[in-house]
Amino acid sequence: MSIGVASDARGRRERRPLKQLFLIAFAVLLSGCAGVQSALDPAGTEAEAVATLFWVMVAGGTLIWIAVMGGFYYATRIKREPHSERAAGRLILWGGAVFPVVVLTLLLAYGLSLMPKLRPWTAVAEEPALRIEVTGEQFWWRVTYHRAGEDPVVAANEIRLPVGERVVFTLKSADVVHSFWIPSLGGKMDMIPGRDNTLTLEATRTGIYRSPCAEFCGSSHALMVFSTVVMEPDAFDDWLAREARPSPGAKADGLDAFLRNGCQACHAITGTEANGVIGPDLSHVGSRDTLGAGILQNEIDSYVALIRRPDVIKPGIRMPGFHGLPDEEIETIARYLKGLE
Amino acid sequence: MRLIPKEVESLWTLFTAPTIWAVHFLVCYVGAAVFCAKRNALGLDFITVRSGIGIVTVIALLAILGSGWLAWRQWGFGTHEPPHDEPSHHDRNRFQGFATLLLCALSFVAVIFTAMPAAIITECNP
Repeated sequence: MSIGVASDARGRRERRPLKQLFLIAFAVLLSGCAGVQSALDPAGTEAEAVATLFWVMVAGGTLIWIAVMGGFYYATRIKREPHSERAAGRLILWGGAVFPVVVLTLLLAYGLSLMPKLRPWTAVAEEPALRIEVTGEQFWWRVTYHRAGEDPVVAANEIRLPVGERVVFTLKSADVVHSFWIPSLGGKMDMIPGRDNTLTLEATRTGIYRSPCAEFCGSSHALMVFSTVVMEPDAFDDWLAREARPSPGAKADGLDAFLRNGCQACHAITGTEANGVIGPDLSHVGSRDTLGAGILQNEIDSYVALIRRPDVIKPGIRMPGFHGLPDEEIETIARYLKGLE
Repeated sequence: MRLIPKEVESLWTLFTAPTIWAVHFLVCYVGAAVFCAKRNALGLDFITVRSGIGIVTVIALLAILGSGWLAWRQWGFGTHEPPHDEPSHHDRNRFQGFATLLLCALSFVAVIFTAMPAAIITECNP
């Protein structure tokens, strides 16, 4: 019996399992058409161009598939006798040479005409009002906002953008090759050690989008994600101004526990003596959408779990586990960090 | 007397057009890469690259057309139909001419495809 084919008592063959499998596969495919991480649900100028290109390709591919199947049906069911050599020669010339050349030329011209939209190099040439430097590290994202004439603002694992404004990204890597991709907005572009790559994006819709690392970078590659929060320009300016200042909770209870256990060797918190640069900046970690580079909900229990056994949550992480600390100490640090908004 | 004999007993006529395509490809891509790496030292505008690609493209297309004309001639100006599969000197010669003609057509299109980005790209990507 072949896979997907069931037989009843009379030996009749039913194809129900195959049908169910097909429906499940179809439903899984459909789920990619929308959501926070879908290139088919664009929220940016570049993603719109890519989505249009995709649908043009799908439509063209479908038409060609129908034509090929039609030709196959015609040759095997309607006109079953051999075709003349002359007719076959004409088919090869027009169907095998002229048609592909014309289609490929049109597709290439269309693809190239999208280039100024996807890679607007003129926008990059002059110093932009906002440049965001993103560095891929195993397995998190270092984010630095550069504004003309002002001090840079350092954050991690979350990128915020003003809607309707073109933003220039400088993409770097600290260790291995990563890839920067916000499917809903555009991209992707590799982050290569020793090289600065430049990408520009323009968001057209506010919202929170999921952005995974798109190049295998190690054991926790699949756990390396960031959130992209697209905001109204005024709200973005207010947020960036707040982000540049120390958190109101920076000096709260729990800072002592944080410093006592050496966390500042790797992490920085603006307004305190913690100024480590090995791990993610935690100045406003409590206000981020997620924790642990997009894999945990930003709540006390997640902090506790991450402090206690980070290697269990994220294999290959450089942060050591602090499971030797008393539960109260870990919880104190967790509450302090959650309060950094 | 012909300047170039009608029957050439060398496979190089077959490879002429693809070789032109390969050289054209390298000149375009290596030329643009070197220009963008050294543009500050060179002090030239990007239009230089686009013009240069345009000139080498015209030269490559003319050379391929020339090679195609020789192949067309070797094939017998289309008077002999393929498949040219008899084990004779005549058929071997016609086959080579026909194959060369097809490769010329492929290379002609490929050279145009290689040059097309120069019509769109106006600056080195930083």
